[in-house]
Amino acid sequence: MIFPRLIVTNLLRHRIRSFISVAGIAFSVAAMLTVVTILQGAIGMFSGILASDSEIIVFERNVSDLFFSSVPATAANEISGWPMVLHADPVLFGIVSSADHPIITCFGVTESDARIRKATWLAGDRTRFAQHSDDVVLGERAAEFLSAKVDDHVPIGHGVFHVIGILKTANGFEDGGVFMPLNSAQAFFHKEDTSSVITVKLRNKDDAALFKATVKAKFPSLIPLEDAEFTHSYSQFKILKATAWAVGGCGLLLGGLGVANTMIMSVFTRIREIAILRVNGFSNLQIATMIFGESVVVSLVGAALGLATGGCLLFILKLVPALHGYVDVAIQPLVVLIVILLALVTGIAGALYPAAYAVRVRAVEALRFE
Amino acid sequence: MKFVDQGDGTRRIVLRAADLWKSYDDGSVTVLNGLDIGVFEGRTVALCGPSGCGKSTLLHLFAGLDHPDRGKVWVNGVEVNRHRNLLQLLRHEIGFVFQLHNLIPDLTLAENLLIPAIAAGTDRRVARERLRELAERTGLSHRLDHRIQKLSGGERQRTALCRALMNRPKILLADEPTVSLDDKTSKMVFDLLLDLVATEGATLLMATHDRSLAERCDRLVEMHDGRILEHAYDR
Repeated sequence: MIFPRLIVTNLLRHRIRSFISVAGIAFSVAAMLTVVTILQGAIGMFSGILASDSEIIVFERNVSDLFFSSVPATAANEISGWPMVLHADPVLFGIVSSADHPIITCFGVTESDARIRKATWLAGDRTRFAQHSDDVVLGERAAEFLSAKVDDHVPIGHGVFHVIGILKTANGFEDGGVFMPLNSAQAFFHKEDTSSVITVKLRNKDDAALFKATVKAKFPSLIPLEDAEFTHSYSQFKILKATAWAVGGCGLLLGGLGVANTMIMSVFTRIREIAILRVNGFSNLQIATMIFGESVVVSLVGAALGLATGGCLLFILKLVPALHGYVDVAIQPLVVLIVILLALVTGIAGALYPAAYAVRVRAVEALRFE
Repeated sequence: MKFVDQGDGTRRIVLRAADLWKSYDDGSVTVLNGLDIGVFEGRTVALCGPSGCGKSTLLHLFAGLDHPDRGKVWVNGVEVNRHRNLLQLLRHEIGFVFQLHNLIPDLTLAENLLIPAIAAGTDRRVARERLRELAERTGLSHRLDHRIQKLSGGERQRTALCRALMNRPKILLADEPTVSLDDKTSKMVFDLLLDLVATEGATLLMATHDRSLAERCDRLVEMHDGRILEHAYDR
């Protein structure tokens, strides 16, 4: 009854101060939610590229980035002939640039690749793919920012390519990319007879363990990973995730400092009241609970506002044409839970010193001078 | 350790201090100077004396809010020291009324009264019943939902009085409870104080400058320089 009311009353007494604390937590939570969700969406998209009509990815062991992976064409040829394999598609990744766009992802693929087969062709004809070495297919967004249409010639990197098609995929990376025939990409990036990865679809998913064991035995320099394993173990993803959480964590730390500041000011201006509570029998635990209760309310309200703000922000970002396909607004419940818990921990940590100070208040000294 | 009335043997001494010394500012200001006093159960005792003679300090020591430099204090026969459960003392045995009301301004009158009950973990229904009873007896029933800022000085001090008695303590310590009030309100609040103390069967030890109020107590004790100067009278 009165205990929660005491907590709320204390917060409402200095509304602007409390609001600033709540806003601090809210912005931190929103920032963390946005950064982490965008990043997870990006990771999901990248994983989606690899997982396109495949369940296993084979790449060079001990490389920090798939762009540096080099898988010999002989491996791709041999793997595609294994009885448990339905199809194995070598893919070469590269980064190219054009006049106004410093980074364009380039995919070197075969004509049978799922990305070519399953995409929606907005213009051009799929059967023309890989007929000439200077042919390229553009993703829908790449065609937009390169202002290119079918049969145009566009400068990409140090070459000029003939656009034979424009396709749309559900993946933002692919939509912003350029698709080349594998041989052309190998020549363009000076990686003859190699690919970055082989994406593999098995006839029977239960053969995954057998497939992996066979790859390890025959190609010790390569590593086969199922899609989920790859997402969890790829070092770039780990770095990106750690960076996102670190950025969000710094934001929350600032929010926590705001809570600490509010709570310290709140305790300092209420020393007399705390003394009154003491004289009326409040224990150290009750005093501390009151202070922590205030910080928990600030944190929870801040977290709720932050989640709402972050959700709105993600929704707006998704509507921005330039970011189409890059932002996934599907917020994961685990992320929400972690963000709320972090906000709570931050708020409680921010109240540690104020609570410790409050329980040390000596009633007789606080009340001596009336 | 129990102290028994040496007269008829039927009354306990509920407040007792022996050879009490207390100083502040590293000993440069001595406020209690080997003081001895005992208060029998159910009596009303007024402490009179000039400012700084140690009246408030004595009350603080009885309430366990401070510790003596030397000497001992007993409440209900049990010594008040660092080993004693001071929360039990403040929650159930002693009620304290200050010079100023010391209410929490942003809470309502009812919420202020409930603070001791919250501290003691009293059942909500029981606390509400006691709240209504006290408010009725002090004429505050119509003000229960008002914030403290909206109350008059007399109402605030009556609220403080009710709060001190909320958990039915048998000892009430009052530090100049009417000093901030005008004469008329002061008399009214003091009448109420004596009435409540009598009804509750409590013991009152009150510090006051007002001799006219002090003389209405069972016993008047004069203090000077941290000692009992004289027992002006003891009815």
